[in-house]
Amino acid sequence: MGRLTLPDADVIPFGSPGDPDRPGRGLGPSKAARLVGNTGPQPTSPPAAAAPTSRSATDADRPEHSTSHDVITDAEIPFDGESWLEFARRRLMGDYSVDDFGFDPELTDRVLLTLVRPLYRSWFRVETTGLENVPADSGALVVANHSGVIAMDSVMAQVALHDEHPAHRHLRMLGANLVFQTPFMGEVARKAGHTLACHPDAERLLAAGEIVGVWPEGFKGVGKPFGQRYKLQRFGRGGFVSAALRTGAPIIPTAIVGAEEIYPMIGNAKTVARILGLPYFPITPTFPWFGPLGMIPLPSKWLIHFGEPIRTDHFPEGAADDPMVVFNLTDQVREQIQQSLYRLLVKRPSAFG
Amino acid sequence: MGRTVLVTGVSRYLGGRMAALLAADPQISTVIGVDVVAPDSPIAGTDFVRADIRNPVIAKVMGEASVDTVVHMGVIATPKQAGGRSTMKEINVIGTMQLLAACQRTPSVRSLVVKSTAAVYGSGPKDPAKFTEDMEPRHSPSSGWPKDSVEVETYVRGFARRRPDVSVTTLRFANFIGPRVETALTAYFSLPIVPTVLGFDPRLQFIHEDDGLEAIRTAVLSPRQGTFNVAGDGVLLLSQAIRRARRQTIAIPSLIFGTVGRTLSPTGLADFSSEAVRYLTYGRALDTRAMHRTLGFDPMWSTDEAFMSFVRRDSADGEVDVA
Repeated sequence: MGRLTLPDADVIPFGSPGDPDRPGRGLGPSKAARLVGNTGPQPTSPPAAAAPTSRSATDADRPEHSTSHDVITDAEIPFDGESWLEFARRRLMGDYSVDDFGFDPELTDRVLLTLVRPLYRSWFRVETTGLENVPADSGALVVANHSGVIAMDSVMAQVALHDEHPAHRHLRMLGANLVFQTPFMGEVARKAGHTLACHPDAERLLAAGEIVGVWPEGFKGVGKPFGQRYKLQRFGRGGFVSAALRTGAPIIPTAIVGAEEIYPMIGNAKTVARILGLPYFPITPTFPWFGPLGMIPLPSKWLIHFGEPIRTDHFPEGAADDPMVVFNLTDQVREQIQQSLYRLLVKRPSAFG
Repeated sequence: MGRTVLVTGVSRYLGGRMAALLAADPQISTVIGVDVVAPDSPIAGTDFVRADIRNPVIAKVMGEASVDTVVHMGVIATPKQAGGRSTMKEINVIGTMQLLAACQRTPSVRSLVVKSTAAVYGSGPKDPAKFTEDMEPRHSPSSGWPKDSVEVETYVRGFARRRPDVSVTTLRFANFIGPRVETALTAYFSLPIVPTVLGFDPRLQFIHEDDGLEAIRTAVLSPRQGTFNVAGDGVLLLSQAIRRARRQTIAIPSLIFGTVGRTLSPTGLADFSSEAVRYLTYGRALDTRAMHRTLGFDPMWSTDEAFMSFVRRDSADGEVDVA
């Protein structure tokens, strides 16, 4: 496989001190963010589309550009006074509802997010910035880099948007069909709000005002060797761009730093992958040598930045069917994510800091 | 002058009720019911003609009565109902071809309403969350009733091309459910232990039996050319449905699911064919915007409410103890 070398794609060495005085980019809504109708942080009145959770008022006062984790977690707040016992009883009766995609908001909020939250807060110590670029009550397409052997980065982005965004947005991701044909994974993915990466679903979700997440590098991103960390792979066929163009939803280029180091993939057992029908079979310093213990992710330090939105509603009618517009926009998104990745890497003191 | 409607498949529950419902309508003067076997009890207001739609006799009946509307409900879902898969296929496919041939030769025919099924979309991991009418299946059905229905629809489209003066309405129904209707799926939910595919929780959609009949009546009374998905609003997950029905369940790995299912259902009423297993693995949901807007039909029962009306039927029989 030919190795992709971009003139500006040199990986910044880990442990480089970076520039601590670099001005933060996310102190207020950018011009573009204001144009897409984002109201930004609203300390006094939370937006109408707030999640069905009961939230403390202090939550919204939290600074948006940087987050601290010593705040009350969702898991500690009872749901409208319902105890876990009542909750379990009601679940066993089937007394809850899912949307047409099979999304079970109650299960996601109370169980699934609660299970991964410790990873977000304590293990990876994720710092999220740029949330003011994510609209509070309308649709947007979050496009991010993909890495880390398993799609842990998408899970963390979901936690970030739900826990840190003032409107507690649910991230509805578009996944490969392999996800939906794998037992348990497909079931959980649907219940957590995700669906198949295809035009009809993307447009349906965006038109309904949901935040849709795509990882256009796909398996090329998650399954790339450690040596190529933070080098963006090819961006599919740009299908996500045409979905955004058709619905006029803004594209939010998002950079995730940290996922590359959780499972440093030093090899790929292609024969095993072929036998198991997987796109790759990772070999890391700990996996498969230490069995299940080797599956424990390394506690790298994570930074997530939601970048300035790229508007798609000012293009003329039919732009979604103009391949040149789609390619150019795809490149623009890719470039913005790559630049954002470099900035975050400089900001991060060290890979495990 | 009132209209003359011919309904096929009247000796089964839904066909019989449909004929009676149409016969009660003031706009319709004559309803002719056709089936291979006689109904258990006479259908009110309906002239029953025992005719095998697999042979040309049907054309004679239609010509003599100068039928203007044909409602095709004669497609059979399980081999059990027909007495074998080959008979079932013959009734479904050859029967439809004969019926359409007769329609083509009968100049009085003005509209054709076909009861089809959402199973024509197949079921699989590459499916979009909701199917619209213009979508091609991503996993084409390869056997049984779904495949028959695909073929039936193909012939119906051919007929629509040859007789452009006839309004052809194809209704793709979600699974019928309700207090009385008996289908492979109601048999499945009535099993003492309901098997599910390990690691999968399909989305299901239902249409209440009364709503389904009402949809067909709407299409008969104000014909709308085209294909329409018909389903109650919303979806239910299989796990959720089983919990609401207060059923015991057992999760079976997909490889042996069909075999175990057939063992658990000795009567063979519940369907564990490969297509049914795919449906119970991946599920399916329909986009019903065209039904609301163009067909002008709004179901009274949502998917959830339709399913609960079925659950109440079962508990009234004393088969289930409700907590």
